[in-house]
Amino acid sequence: MVGGAVVLAALVWLGFVGFQESKAYYITVNEYATMHNQLQGKTVKVAGDVVQGSIDRGKIPMEFVISSQGQELRVRYVGKDVVPDTFKDGSQALVEGVVSQAGVFQASHIEAKCASKYEAEYAKKTK
Amino acid sequence: MSEFGNFCLLLALVLTLYALFASLLGAWRKQHRIVRSAERAVMAACGSITLATGSMLYLLITSDFSVSQVWEATSHALPIFYKIAALWGAHNGSLLLWVFITSIFTGVVVYQNRFRYRDMMPYVIAVLMVNLAFFLSLNLFLSNPFNHVVQVGADGSMLGAPAEGRGLNPLLQYWAMVIHPPILYLGFIGFVVPFAFAMAALISRQLGDAWIRTTRRWTLLTWLFLGTGLILGAKWAYVVLGWGGYWGWDPVENSSLMPWLVGTAFLHSVIIQERKGMLKVWNMILVIMCYLLGVFGTFITRSGVVSSVHAFADSSLGKYFLLYIGTIAVCGLFLIIDRLPYLKSDRQLDSVLSRESAFLFNNMMLVVACFAVLWGTMFPVLSEWLQGNKITVGPPFFNRINIPIGLLLLLLTGVGPLFAWRKTSIESLKKAFFLPGVFAIATLAVLLAAGMRNFYTLMCLTLAVFVTVTIFEEFYKAARIRAKSNGENFLIALTRLTLKNKRRYGGYVVHFGIVLIFVGLSGNAFNQEASQTMAPGDTMKIGDYALKLTDYREADTPNYVYGVTYLDAYKDGKFLRTMKPEKRFYKTSEGQSTTEVSIRSTPKEDLYTVFNGLTDDGRYEIKAHVNPLVFWVWFGAAIMVFGALITLLPDRGGAFATPQVSMNLSVPMEESVKEQ
Repeated sequence: MVGGAVVLAALVWLGFVGFQESKAYYITVNEYATMHNQLQGKTVKVAGDVVQGSIDRGKIPMEFVISSQGQELRVRYVGKDVVPDTFKDGSQALVEGVVSQAGVFQASHIEAKCASKYEAEYAKKTK
Repeated sequence: MSEFGNFCLLLALVLTLYALFASLLGAWRKQHRIVRSAERAVMAACGSITLATGSMLYLLITSDFSVSQVWEATSHALPIFYKIAALWGAHNGSLLLWVFITSIFTGVVVYQNRFRYRDMMPYVIAVLMVNLAFFLSLNLFLSNPFNHVVQVGADGSMLGAPAEGRGLNPLLQYWAMVIHPPILYLGFIGFVVPFAFAMAALISRQLGDAWIRTTRRWTLLTWLFLGTGLILGAKWAYVVLGWGGYWGWDPVENSSLMPWLVGTAFLHSVIIQERKGMLKVWNMILVIMCYLLGVFGTFITRSGVVSSVHAFADSSLGKYFLLYIGTIAVCGLFLIIDRLPYLKSDRQLDSVLSRESAFLFNNMMLVVACFAVLWGTMFPVLSEWLQGNKITVGPPFFNRINIPIGLLLLLLTGVGPLFAWRKTSIESLKKAFFLPGVFAIATLAVLLAAGMRNFYTLMCLTLAVFVTVTIFEEFYKAARIRAKSNGENFLIALTRLTLKNKRRYGGYVVHFGIVLIFVGLSGNAFNQEASQTMAPGDTMKIGDYALKLTDYREADTPNYVYGVTYLDAYKDGKFLRTMKPEKRFYKTSEGQSTTEVSIRSTPKEDLYTVFNGLTDDGRYEIKAHVNPLVFWVWFGAAIMVFGALITLLPDRGGAFATPQVSMNLSVPMEESVKEQ
């Protein structure tokens, strides 16, 4: 019993440490626009659609713009992982990074998906 | 054809509701004839759903793009193999596959048990019908793959069916991905069978272990499918997604891991109930959790509640799933509480140093691991409800909790079999621990001497050796005794021993597979990666390897165009082979690209290369990883499947799922081995 409690307590502690280490606020680009002063130094994941034609692979590191509800955010990808195949014009992207004063958001990680765009269009076309 | 499919689904729903009603009526009136008619309705519903699935396959193969599923997930150029796989290539069709598999499981269960368990079966049928009716209704009314697609012109006029489909998501065009969803579905759905029997046992107050024995093979088979599905998904992520890893704690991955963890707990704790008559309430709770986590897994994948690379897009199904899960959970708990007097333990725990307590601890750890994964997966949703901020947690959270739990479980895998049932004397423990202990300490010493300082890796490899020795010792000791007493050859004795007690020794083989998977996972701490933008003739270095870019070619296929780089791989200056990582651009699917990695796998490490595309100045972006020990993950998984298949082998002359009590006969022998 005591042993079990010790193990559980240790796991809860580890969970807490891991949580602090990896927690990130999940916000959209327009929320970022209004909140980024409060979020200085915090890790965030910003969601938005990749603006058509904004992906600039000529620049190293690569830059692009994501938007939601009229607000735009310029992102520079400084991460090490390969950019996912689903990342392209119009796809929904989720960029992760630490908020700083700089005008360009430094993303260390990118996730992207395009499936929902299919579905949205599909819904329009379905009788 | 699509109208026919729709009609079949509707007919199946009517039959399902009839079977639900008739089975309950038959149980209430104690009229077996009525239950019989319910059984026939179940069979007819299965047939009807099979026809609906068949008509969908026909539509897919003949490329009828007026049907939404066909338009969404196929194109003319798609090879026929993938046209069939497109059945689960988009949301609605995959739900049809789900319903189809559910109906097959249901039909088999009802057929198998048509002469048995007269008191319980009507309720089993009723529970299975509730499950089937729920998914069938979703499929028919909210998420129908037979929906029509029409193009609407700019002026709002109808233009008729599209001439070309959108094509199967290229990321899904890979063999493991083709078989991964059906196998995973088999795993998710299969828990409905033990769940239905458990509920029926509660309702009919038949709370012996008949329900557990009858569903033992179902549980094992389901667990096996789920595990295989997980591994195939990991393989897909490794080979197709191109980020160099195979597990990212993605919500969808998590949602299939959770029922597997609880299923593993259930597989172990039912042994305690069968042999000792303990943990009856706990088993009921576990089986409800297994089933609901399976449903919850589809909920996560389909509701869009948690964002994930894998998830289907947002759909309106979420609230129905939550309602269903909530209702089942409340009903299940109510039944358990109401029947508590029937669920009393026959015995108490005798000693901490017993196999029972090792099993109990194993159960606790597995459920805690599942809870941690659930917590991390749902945290964004929970924090948004409670605080208004959506907060996500990343892999460090999951790793920090689950690595120690995994190591504890690994320890238990080794220690459990060394403990005797009820109580173990210190003397016998000393004997049992001696050999594995010596090997483990020797391993630790060697690793430390070799300069390894990573705590978790040291623990993992030490424990792996410890467990491996205990497993081999178990086999060796028992086979030697048998060989001596029967005068058999050692190998024959070993085989016969295993076949005679498939559950025990098959289980050990599974454990060995798990040990190897852990060895594979421990390699993660030493992954290396490098990337470089290269011109032909350039060389990049990673670890002991050198990669020289020698050539680049482009080519065209009906489905996609591709560019492939040729990289000569050298290790310590010696030529190994030419790696050919590739980038594909699909002609449909809005020009979606995929990355075809090139991997050289050895038991020691994988060399993993990715061609990431051309830069604007005509050079090639190459990324390389060196991932130690990954081979053992796949190899261990194969061993695990092999072991599970041993436990599933039919007993002599027995049909599939025939309840077997024979395992109890082996108790004396097992105990005698222990006492040695």
